[in-house]
Amino acid sequence: MFSVTLRCLGRQVHQQNKSLAPLFTYSKNGLNTEATFDTKPFKLHKLEEGPATTVTLSRQDALKYYKDMQMIRRMETAAGNLYKEKIIRGFCHLYSGQEACCVGMRASMRSYDAVITAYRAHGWTYIMGVDAVGVLAELTGRSTGCARGKGGSMHMYVKNFYGGNGIVGAQQPLGAGIALALKYQGTDGVCLTLYGDGAANQGQLYEAMNMAQLWKLPVIFICENNGYGMGTSVDRASASTAYYTRGDYVPGIWVDGMDVLAVREATRFAIDHCATGKGPMVMEVVTYRYSGHSMSDPGTSYRSRDEIQEVRQTRDPITGFRERMLSTDLATADELKDIDQNVRQVIDDAVKRAKSDKEIGLDELTADIMSNPIDTRVRGVTAFDTLTHKRIGPAVNS
Amino acid sequence: MAAPIAKSNLVMLKNAFKYVGLRGISTSRPASAQLTVRDALNSAIDEEMERDERVFILGEEVAQYDGAYKISRGLWKKYGDKRVIDTPITEMGFAGIATGAAMAGLRPICEFMTWNFSMQAIDHVINSAAKTFYMSAGMVNVPIVFRGPNGAAAGVAAQHSQCFGAWYSHCPGLKVIAPYSAEDAKGLLKAAIRDPDPVVCLENEIMYGTAFDVSDEVLSKDFILPIGKAKIERAGKHITLVAFSRAVATCLDAAKELSTIGIEAEVINLRSLRPLDFDTVMESVKKTNHLVSVEHGWPQSGVGAEIVSRMVEGPGFYHLDAPPVRVTGADIPMPYAKTLEDHSLPQGKDVVRVVKKLLNVQ
Repeated sequence: MFSVTLRCLGRQVHQQNKSLAPLFTYSKNGLNTEATFDTKPFKLHKLEEGPATTVTLSRQDALKYYKDMQMIRRMETAAGNLYKEKIIRGFCHLYSGQEACCVGMRASMRSYDAVITAYRAHGWTYIMGVDAVGVLAELTGRSTGCARGKGGSMHMYVKNFYGGNGIVGAQQPLGAGIALALKYQGTDGVCLTLYGDGAANQGQLYEAMNMAQLWKLPVIFICENNGYGMGTSVDRASASTAYYTRGDYVPGIWVDGMDVLAVREATRFAIDHCATGKGPMVMEVVTYRYSGHSMSDPGTSYRSRDEIQEVRQTRDPITGFRERMLSTDLATADELKDIDQNVRQVIDDAVKRAKSDKEIGLDELTADIMSNPIDTRVRGVTAFDTLTHKRIGPAVNS
Repeated sequence: MAAPIAKSNLVMLKNAFKYVGLRGISTSRPASAQLTVRDALNSAIDEEMERDERVFILGEEVAQYDGAYKISRGLWKKYGDKRVIDTPITEMGFAGIATGAAMAGLRPICEFMTWNFSMQAIDHVINSAAKTFYMSAGMVNVPIVFRGPNGAAAGVAAQHSQCFGAWYSHCPGLKVIAPYSAEDAKGLLKAAIRDPDPVVCLENEIMYGTAFDVSDEVLSKDFILPIGKAKIERAGKHITLVAFSRAVATCLDAAKELSTIGIEAEVINLRSLRPLDFDTVMESVKKTNHLVSVEHGWPQSGVGAEIVSRMVEGPGFYHLDAPPVRVTGADIPMPYAKTLEDHSLPQGKDVVRVVKKLLNVQ
């Protein structure tokens, strides 16, 4: 009864102000060990029930999510700067603005769930376990990069994370295949298969969804909808922009991707659905990217600066989360400042390493083409150049 | 043959078997049975599925239909839905799914009903399968086999008759095998399934029904042939004929006819296109000083172009007494009408004509 009263009071407070009020708290050193929030409602497709809209957040988790999102934000900013200095070459697609997506999803994943995404992958690479040096040094092509500098921005891998894929849409059936393997091997593991609003129109997505549904594969098809496929807005690319319904017979959820807690809850719900043998699910996570499509795109010819500013000021995932933590006394401003300092230090150090670490030697030009090379002679650029194949990496599927 | 003194008969046999397998020379082992290419492929898949739980096969009609060309006959009955999977007609989707499954530790065999349909999925064969090991600096190997009939069948016209040997053997990161005989089919496909890297297996529909004499060891469950090693199907001394898949039969036909006029052709069955066993070709040309490459695919930028280039780019040039020449399919899309079709692909007599020209024989 007491709790009902509190809840009523809480609801009134909630309706009055934008920052969400806590419902159930206990104090310790003036700080709370947990707080409860309401998320925006989810939209459901072919589902009777959806994820919980009332979410409890522990202080420990809050600090972790905050730090992770800040790390990714800072790391991506550093990558942008390195690109402008021409130390990163080729493609560089930044995740700034989308941090709540990968952080929220990872929070609900079990250690044996898998992830595969497209090329906007640095944030995912980090959250799946590669440290800032591993990411930034890969971007600058050094030996300390997570793929020894051989992959670059779009080809980073770590256990249970299958990249980093350069061809739009390729990861969609690959992810369904990883899910097939998880099921085949008798685990209840799930594969989170991410793609953008542009890739949501790829034919192979529907081929993969069809087989996933037929065979009840534990795959969550997740559309990170940031409103633009390169320079083409969703309205100009898709006859239907309700991406969470595009799976047709596959149930789907629409999620506010700027709210790390909403993302976490939706992912928890989706993992539970897939892990209990009900087949695939679709999630549309509505988010925003501050940068252009990639570093070669200023990102302002097809959208207004006002729009970008508006999102930064009213919907930034980190600012919003910070406000939540402070307003519910989950953390102090000083604590968060300390985290910011620490993040800055880590990234600054990582940038130094990314600039100064060496590239792999030329002997690795012909390393790891095959895990079981038959003829170790590899032709170089002329008939008179015969190089030798080398084996270095662990070949996890031997 | 200088065989080491063995401790027991068993060891001696094992060594002999290894010798035969590795040298790849035609032996005079007594044939104990006849085996069709189809049955060779079927038993290769069956044995490997039995041996390794991670192996499974997917593709159109592989399960309940017993395989469009009956290569997977009986497997669904034996292994069930989990390991023999009928797919919808969506190559890009199922090739991607198979590749993803391989990335995550399984050993899929992905069947394309014919290699023509692989064009719908070629991004997964090349970008998802072949390149991933290198891009990941040796972390993620992709132990997948893509297989199916390649090249022309009979009367199936232009869209169903292309040879993909040149396209796939072009790409680093892939192994490409092209069996000719039943022995090739069994040994190479088993090797491919056990191989931890992506393998493209180019079969031939017309060869599926052809029976070959095979020895006991070919029938054994551990009969493996090395990928990347050619076989000398017929020894000769006047001219070297190099081919793969069905073109080997074309060369053997030619060799038979040439023999009647005193020309002994050495016929090399490449068995694999990548790695391509050029050493065997070179050794042969050192002996014969003449080279003809025979294939059924198109001439421009074909497999023959590679063989001939390697011959003239290096020391091989100095062993040639005549230009190395290619015999290929005509540079046209495959027509349907019978007479036209017959003239689209090289036959034994075309090879004979070329050999006579090179050797200056009337």
